[in-house]
Amino acid sequence: MAFKLNVNGKSAMIDAAGDTPLLWVLRDILNLKATKYGCGIGQCGACTVHLNGKAVRSCQTPVSAVGNQTVTTLEGLSADGTHPVQLAWQEIDVPQCGYCQVGQMMSAAALLAKNPKPSDRDIDSAMNGNLCRCGTYLRIRQAIHKASEITTNASARTVQTASVNK
Amino acid sequence: MKKMRIDRRSFLKVSALGGGGAILALYVKPAAAQFGPQVPPVPSNYIKIAPDGAVTIVAKNPDLGQGVKTMLPMLIAEELDADWKKVKIEQADFDDTKYAGQIAGGSTATPTNWTPMRQVGAAGRAMLITAAAQTWNVPEAELSTDSGKVLHKISGRSLDYGLLASKLDGLKPPALNTLKLKDASEYKIIGRTQQGRDTPAIAAGQPIFAIDMMRPGMLYASFQKCGVFGGKVKSANLDDIKKMPGVRDAFVVERPVPNEDVLPGDPGLENGIAIVADTWWQAQTARKKLQIEWDEGKWAAQSSAEFAQKAEEFSKQAPQRTIHADGDAEGTLKSAAKVVEAAYSYPFIAHAPLEPQNCTAEYKDGKCVIWTNSQIPGNARRLAAEALGIQQSDVTIHMIHGGGGFGRRLTNDYAVEAAYISKQAGAPVKLLWSREDDFAHDYYRPGGFQFLKAGLDSNGKVVAWRNHFVSYGEGERFASAAAMGPTEFPQRFIPNYALHSSVQPLGIRTGSLRAPSSNAFAFVIQSFLDELAHAAGKDPVQFRMELLDSAQPLPPAPPPGRGGRGGFGFPGLNADRMKGVLQLVAEKSNWGKRTLPKGTAVGVAFHYSHLGYFAEVAEVKVDSGMKVKVNKVWVAADIGSQIINPGFAENLTHGAVIDGMSELMDQEITIDKGRVVQSNFHQHKLVRLTQAPPEIEVHWLKTNNPPTGLGEPALPPILPAIANAIFTATGKRVRSLPLSKSGFSWA
Repeated sequence: MAFKLNVNGKSAMIDAAGDTPLLWVLRDILNLKATKYGCGIGQCGACTVHLNGKAVRSCQTPVSAVGNQTVTTLEGLSADGTHPVQLAWQEIDVPQCGYCQVGQMMSAAALLAKNPKPSDRDIDSAMNGNLCRCGTYLRIRQAIHKASEITTNASARTVQTASVNK
Repeated sequence: MKKMRIDRRSFLKVSALGGGGAILALYVKPAAAQFGPQVPPVPSNYIKIAPDGAVTIVAKNPDLGQGVKTMLPMLIAEELDADWKKVKIEQADFDDTKYAGQIAGGSTATPTNWTPMRQVGAAGRAMLITAAAQTWNVPEAELSTDSGKVLHKISGRSLDYGLLASKLDGLKPPALNTLKLKDASEYKIIGRTQQGRDTPAIAAGQPIFAIDMMRPGMLYASFQKCGVFGGKVKSANLDDIKKMPGVRDAFVVERPVPNEDVLPGDPGLENGIAIVADTWWQAQTARKKLQIEWDEGKWAAQSSAEFAQKAEEFSKQAPQRTIHADGDAEGTLKSAAKVVEAAYSYPFIAHAPLEPQNCTAEYKDGKCVIWTNSQIPGNARRLAAEALGIQQSDVTIHMIHGGGGFGRRLTNDYAVEAAYISKQAGAPVKLLWSREDDFAHDYYRPGGFQFLKAGLDSNGKVVAWRNHFVSYGEGERFASAAAMGPTEFPQRFIPNYALHSSVQPLGIRTGSLRAPSSNAFAFVIQSFLDELAHAAGKDPVQFRMELLDSAQPLPPAPPPGRGGRGGFGFPGLNADRMKGVLQLVAEKSNWGKRTLPKGTAVGVAFHYSHLGYFAEVAEVKVDSGMKVKVNKVWVAADIGSQIINPGFAENLTHGAVIDGMSELMDQEITIDKGRVVQSNFHQHKLVRLTQAPPEIEVHWLKTNNPPTGLGEPALPPILPAIANAIFTATGKRVRSLPLSKSGFSWA
């Protein structure tokens, strides 16, 4: 079956069985490899993407259910890899093997979009669905706080620039 | 096809890979042959200097998240005196004519490479100095280097390494053992935190993992095996499957030799059905329609319940063998002032690295190229060549970044399958196992049972120790990673010591899981020691200190060089080093000096494995519903004189603690009707972010010993440290893992 998807701001026509999980459409048909397969049953979060800005498990999302919702993968999070979570993940040097980290960053980015200054408790509820087999959780938490700081500072700078320009 | 028989030598290799110090002490020579340098390092295989000054350093080992792609080049760059920020790193392919010890196993990368990699860097630096001396016509003694430049301070001249690149060709590298290496006080790169070299690519979501590999014309494959180990296909509806959408081929794969021996560590091709399709989802969809009649073979009735029952029977009988005896354990137990007896057990568990098993292979015209995240790519080459009926020299192995290994990728079954399927399908193939395949066909950490009895004298000193170790194997052979060696702690610390064993046959594969054997033995030994401390009425730290004080002298260390400290010939536990970390962790955690609320307690444990000395304290809160929160963990470690990349070392240590917590609470593989029951992470759980300790303090005790690894030795003590804390908090002594079976869960 043919489906028209909106992925990372671009329209894409794909042909796949309707029950094909969005994960495999992204990886094997659209060649967007950042999104990862870990468990296939929504337990690990490695396949996390955004649907209309909300973090979802793409392994549990049949392509037929996507419709005209916007799909964002890590490749579409920023044009040049400079989304605050991507900067923070590098600054804190979060990864060990790195396999889960795209999913972690996507969950973190969705959290920060609606809650730019999350508490540890907010982080708990947003991130508990993402497993890290290497156990980098302490750094993931630290990196989310760092990303929050980068986001907040960036908007503070924007505000400052705006007032100077007046 | 060579017969896939396990001979003594290959069994020793398997043991060596799996082993803690105790097992390895037995097998110094073969282990050294496997891990020691087979080819001496040649600087030009590791260092490339371009005319524009760009220095490229080759990272020779497989990296699956243990940080060697950054750490090993740091050693070279330090002695080369390169500018680390400008150094490029290139991942080596597997090439045993150029590189020695291209494996990820046994926490060996640091001890085996610490000296040779620094020598390679120093040789490169010496050659650059020679080239500069010739260029300027000055004595070499007047030259020095600094961050990518050769300096002639007398004349104020300097030359960038790049400008000397063309002059290196004719120079012969100096003999490595004549080079003077830097004093640690001169280090600019070693001992300072360097960002992981793959971190930017990971943050950008770049396709660096094996699962991301693409080839022109590539097809995707699924592989269905029998749930019962060794099961063979009698018949299957392959004609129906071939008609399914996207399916290109479906065929039976038969292992070329009988497959009933479970003991080999890396057995190559196994029986099953391959489905090859345009996309993996199409292959998986077709797979659901498979109707297979299996010949399940001789293991179809085995079960975990039967294993436990048999172990219980063994415990009441005379042991089959005595592995080691000092003094008179039986006699002393009869006369001891106090005798403590306990039965411990631990289950099979799975590795489940987060990147599922996968491999891309391209067979064409009698040659095969393989892209794999193997931890031991040399075996992938050998086994693929055997399965394809070609020479090893016709197999090329590209080492691709792995999404975790933990020992699972020390077996190359999935790589051999990919190679074989590519040949049959006549196309490049990416084979991907589902997570369910991974849980059903792992090389599980072997379960086991230990029936312990110890005697205390009237001063509360341990005078006798008897362990009847019940494991898996046949006759004198243990299943892979299921052995206990004669020098396992506390041998040498108790005058009357007896270690006996009995084994029962096993029809599933076993193998090394991060800190093999130690990950289970530390729980048993350090929990039982805690029982003894309480029976003696002594503080658990003080009791352990006294035990360490009673050490018999260390037997002579293995000879240096091949098979020496840098190889797998582990020397025995050094009591002073262990006392050092135990003392440090007690100080840092304020052991015995804090008043904790009811339901909150601390526990302590130590363990020596893979040359590393680790002592850990856990502070644990247990509520009335048996929900456990680990508030904080203190780790003290002695892994020698240098922590090469401190930031990453801390990250890896946090991970080891959290990994150990997963094993402690929730992981168990059980067998029923010959099949593994657990299929995915909902039944074999990992610690999640909210369950991880909010704080893990890591303290390094730097001692005058060569630097050694930490990925494995950091793990074992956390299991008993938490279990001992739970006992103090609740009075409940858990002797069987995982804790969830006794009603505990994470808060």
